[in-house]
Amino acid sequence: MTAFSDTRPRHLLDFQGWSTERLTAILDNADTMLSVLDRPVRKVPALQGLTVCTVFFENSTRTRISFELAARRMSADVVSFAASSSSLSKGESLRDTIETLTAYKVDAFIVRHEASGAAHRVAQFSGKPTINAGDGRRAHPTQALLDAYTIRQEYGDLAGRNVTIIGDVRHSRVARSNTELLTRLGANVTLCGPATLLPRDLAGERVTLTTDARTAVKGAHTVMALRLQTERMDAGYLGSLPEYIQGYQVNEALMEHAEPGAIVLHPGPMNRDLEISADTADGPRSRILKQVENGQAVRMSVLYHLLVGRA
Amino acid sequence: MQLKASILTSEELRRALTRIAHEILERNKGAEGLALVGVHTRGIPLAARLAAKLRELEGVDVPLGRLDITLYRDDLSEIARQPVIRETQLDFDMQPRRIILVDDVLYTGRTVRAALDALLDLGRPQSIQLAVLVDRGHRELPIRADYVGKNLPTARTELVKVKLEETDGVDAVELWERDGTPEQA
Repeated sequence: MTAFSDTRPRHLLDFQGWSTERLTAILDNADTMLSVLDRPVRKVPALQGLTVCTVFFENSTRTRISFELAARRMSADVVSFAASSSSLSKGESLRDTIETLTAYKVDAFIVRHEASGAAHRVAQFSGKPTINAGDGRRAHPTQALLDAYTIRQEYGDLAGRNVTIIGDVRHSRVARSNTELLTRLGANVTLCGPATLLPRDLAGERVTLTTDARTAVKGAHTVMALRLQTERMDAGYLGSLPEYIQGYQVNEALMEHAEPGAIVLHPGPMNRDLEISADTADGPRSRILKQVENGQAVRMSVLYHLLVGRA
Repeated sequence: MQLKASILTSEELRRALTRIAHEILERNKGAEGLALVGVHTRGIPLAARLAAKLRELEGVDVPLGRLDITLYRDDLSEIARQPVIRETQLDFDMQPRRIILVDDVLYTGRTVRAALDALLDLGRPQSIQLAVLVDRGHRELPIRADYVGKNLPTARTELVKVKLEETDGVDAVELWERDGTPEQA
């Protein structure tokens, strides 16, 4: 029997309360989940009888489908709630919505919301296991887990690996969750972007901040390009897009400064030829589609860890 | 917990496996078309030993697989405490084969049911037979073994411990009296 230094967490809202051993166990079990996806029957009965509800207040087709497939592969039933077509537009509150869904005997919630902290509120209103599928600028833990898994798959271990994250760090919950997880797993993280998009408070042990992309990728084993979240930029964060491309686009010329064989990641959706060049996104260094595949396996593992035995 | 009896010594365990190997050959008219699949944890070394015996007796290399059934178990509160899933490895085509599923102890039958579900999701073997080192009774499902090393009537308060060189550093089967509520194995 495996002993963990934490008590079994009830939710995955961020990594608070999750021991490094337990997070590592999620990555270990994702290997098995990945093998399930390669079988003739891509389904196991581990969560049979449970109903999982995806509650997406912010549009995201890929993350929602990834979670829904993950739940179905584990034999859970899935219901989906899309805010755009719900009674929220008639003035119903988040609390009423979640309490109604809970009354339908939903066993777990997967939540995406544009407001930081919304997933915590859902967990509080429902009392059911809740997974944060991205809230505001705050956290996106399963994306960080799948990124860590993809890097580990490449190198075997994260300890001592250098990961550079380039782009709109300020608005990125992916960058925040990745920085926390990767450093806990022993990697060194360099965050890079224009000064206006690089919050100084993220600097810390194993975390370096720089505005110079060439310096940032030097020695990097993995380079992650972040989507430029222009929809969140209500102030003059950027001079111009051509200027941004010139300084921060992840492309072949920039990757020449990284470690030989370094891989490229992107959490998606991509703006090709903006934050990442099309040839790099489609090139041999790219593990972007691998991330998508791994995402399903990692989410199966997260669902398993949170829900098994909690019917 | 208190040791009540030694059930099989190392030598007796070896003989039991030799007998099972002979019975497998007898029933299947040789080792052609067979495959052995061990259930984690101790079913795996037991399957490997049976494969070695079949090679010794028939000169045939029988394919060997390992099966983890964690995702198929129905005793959820138990697996919730041990969430690490181990490897399933079946590097052969099951379709043309008769599978011998190997485990150390047959008790309620729930592990075997889970193993059957897992195997059938991975392929469609011609047939599945079950070999266990110890059958301790108390079945909760209509399952019986085709090959049994030792039939051992037990009380639910007792625990059967199978120890193997590969996992425990010693070969032995022991009967222990458990304190508190009965558990698996």
